[in-house]
Amino acid sequence: MTKALDNVVKGGSFLIEDVACDRIFTPEDFTDEHKMIAKTTEEFVVNEVLPQLEHLENHEFDRSVQLLKQAGELGLLGADVPEEYGGLGLDKISSALIAEKMSRAGGFSISHGAHVGIGSLPIVLFGTEEQKRKYLPALATGEKIAAYALTEPGSGSDALGAKTTAKLNAEGTHYILNGEKQWITNAGFADVFVVYAKVDGEHFSAFIVERDFPGVSTGAEEKKMGIKSSSTRTLILEDALVPKENLLGEIGKGHVIAFNILNIGRYKLGVGAVGGAKRALEITIQYANQRQQFKTPISKFSLTQEKLATMAAKLYATESSVYRTVGLFEERMGQLTEEQAKDGKEIAKSIAEYAIECSLNKVFATETLDYIVDEGVQIHGGYGFMQEYEIERMYRDSRINRIFEGTNEINRLIVPGMYMRKAMKGELPLLQKAQSLQEELMMLMPEEVGDGVLEKEKYLVRNAKKIALMVAGLAAQKFGPKLEKEQEILVNIADIVGNVYAMESALLRTEKAIQKSGVEKNKQKVLYTEIFCQEAFNEIEAHAKETIVAVEQGDTLRMMLSALRKLTRHTPTNVIAKKREAAAALIEAERYVV
Amino acid sequence: MNIFVLMKRTFDTEEKIVIQNGKVSEEGAEFIINPYDEYAIEEAIQVRDKHGGEVTVVTVGNEDAEKELRTALAMGADKAVLINIEDDVEDGDQYTTAKVLAEYLKDKEADLILAGNVAIDGGSGQVGPRVAELLGIPYVTTITKLEIDGTNVKVVRDVEGDEEIIETSLPLLVTAQQGLNEPRYPSLPGIMKAKKKPLEELELDDLDLDEDDVEAKTKTIEIFLPPKKEAGKILQGDIADQVKELVSLLHTEAKVI
Repeated sequence: MTKALDNVVKGGSFLIEDVACDRIFTPEDFTDEHKMIAKTTEEFVVNEVLPQLEHLENHEFDRSVQLLKQAGELGLLGADVPEEYGGLGLDKISSALIAEKMSRAGGFSISHGAHVGIGSLPIVLFGTEEQKRKYLPALATGEKIAAYALTEPGSGSDALGAKTTAKLNAEGTHYILNGEKQWITNAGFADVFVVYAKVDGEHFSAFIVERDFPGVSTGAEEKKMGIKSSSTRTLILEDALVPKENLLGEIGKGHVIAFNILNIGRYKLGVGAVGGAKRALEITIQYANQRQQFKTPISKFSLTQEKLATMAAKLYATESSVYRTVGLFEERMGQLTEEQAKDGKEIAKSIAEYAIECSLNKVFATETLDYIVDEGVQIHGGYGFMQEYEIERMYRDSRINRIFEGTNEINRLIVPGMYMRKAMKGELPLLQKAQSLQEELMMLMPEEVGDGVLEKEKYLVRNAKKIALMVAGLAAQKFGPKLEKEQEILVNIADIVGNVYAMESALLRTEKAIQKSGVEKNKQKVLYTEIFCQEAFNEIEAHAKETIVAVEQGDTLRMMLSALRKLTRHTPTNVIAKKREAAAALIEAERYVV
Repeated sequence: MNIFVLMKRTFDTEEKIVIQNGKVSEEGAEFIINPYDEYAIEEAIQVRDKHGGEVTVVTVGNEDAEKELRTALAMGADKAVLINIEDDVEDGDQYTTAKVLAEYLKDKEADLILAGNVAIDGGSGQVGPRVAELLGIPYVTTITKLEIDGTNVKVVRDVEGDEEIIETSLPLLVTAQQGLNEPRYPSLPGIMKAKKKPLEELELDDLDLDEDDVEAKTKTIEIFLPPKKEAGKILQGDIADQVKELVSLLHTEAKVI
């Protein structure tokens, strides 16, 4: 590894190290180009996609293909494709912003995301020179549409349990693929599929399969709960003939591609959820201002205000986390040598380094979106249940996000595991930190917290990290390798870690903004940070307590609970008052404002 | 063809106007290219693509307008010029802007100058015609169609919903009305290319102008928001009583009679 890479922030390190706020990327750091790209995407969605959305929801997919081509003309398909293959080779922030702004298009954004993300990226990152030359230019313009085929009827989260097989023919020219891939986004019209199959029934590998290859067909269109404007079908491979040169990556190394693509899919989903959440909040505030009951706009009721402010504070934390993570990729990629930067595997590594953050974002962002659309429907009352209202579709569209790209349960379960591996490999000094924390806890004296701006929040983040380390250390000590079987505890640890990341991301973003333009101009950010940190900390405390009592007994239990009490001692923020204050700005602006 | 577009940076159409210390507050506001100027830019690009030449977008303002100029470059304009008068002019008006623009344009041998019919903020619709006057070239306002054949130009003009067809010749200044075209969004390749396109910044000095030369001809006395719309009043009682009350209210409250 080059020296420069030693200086970049290590994946997962936020739990044990503090970074200065100027080290992180925040939405306040978007350049004018970023903003222009975002605006073009937004205008494309509003002017071109939304007028056709009803048709798309009715499965008129020739329109999707046409719209994807239009998106291609604007460059909205080429952000992640390098220039030499007909793309634009933009930074990851631009590509994230496109995903965020595209999300307003509902199911169409899933078509777009599947094409540019999981469909095209395996070729971008792992394709041979010939494969890139052959496929990428047409994918970047939308002349050809891509899809990704991993899931099977019998293997979802257990991707490596795939039954689809590949066998080299007698002539040694083609692989013969047999099997079924289920719930394949874009399957109704995609020209190119990245398909996973086991060579000789054993070696998990990836292939580029064209729709026109003999033996390739698709099943009937699925009837789904939401994202109806995206096509979902089964991909059927019956003695499908795939030229040998269409093997993607190495035989038996398909999992490397699959896992890397999942990382990317997860962070992109996080960004998309931020876009959806902003829209849901916007239409909900507008409705709350307009809807009168008891001769009063319902936004004047403090309970409505409480809901709006909670939604916005969660959204702020999510937005801060997601863009902080994209900034991490960018920073690491910026340190690559020119040669490395051209190597897809190096790019993938830069993202894989932050696999923990990718999973946390996926979970956190999709649950924030689900929370916001749910409360959005609630504020719309009976009208929210009617299809004439956008929130009704958003509610249905949101639900899948917690399931695909790894269910949120799987994403939670793998977080502690990834930490353990990093600790074992010596990438993160977790064990040392946990040990020194134990000593510290023995003589811990409650800290005096000042009442300056964000002082308490800094204290809460600091202690939240200690709680995370204490609880994880305790569980690791108690169960050792058997911790894997204690899923409830793993999930509690993941929730604590996720809240730490979100709290810290919100806090650092607000600090950075204050450094730049002072407290006065960042009041709303301060409010969100105060509200969110308090509520996240309460959750952390509850999860920690539940875990400790499940792990320890007797004197040790009492000792650990006492340590937790010390770490959680603080005068809580008056969130009711803070929420009323935060809601005022939202109601005035009629959209999510920071 | 040597094509120039006069562009103004304005408030986003969705911004709420707030008055602070007798001025419209720009605090936290979003800005855009004046929508009518967007038609002008689009038309300029189309004329260039058909007849060849070069499109230069010019604005008078401060350095914040660079963003809108970049957007115009991203749409497809070739060059941009920012005439920064922030340090020299405190309260300019349409005369100021027109004078500065004309001074810049006088030796540019422009074949075609396009501007928006009106800016959505000030709404005077004066700058275009004033520039044409100062340059001594013909102008046609509120156009909805432009056809160029050699130096002959056929223009369709919107006159309060009717159409007027005018034949004239280059050099010419026109101002764009809604319906002239459908402005494109800047494509991503366009946005990336715009970074490398020339954006020249000038000040009054560079145009050999003094503050006095461009001093405003008008003075703003007061800026205020329209009164808040209040709920209507429904009169009760006999028709005769209602009429009496209405008349008295028109006298005493509305003071219109």
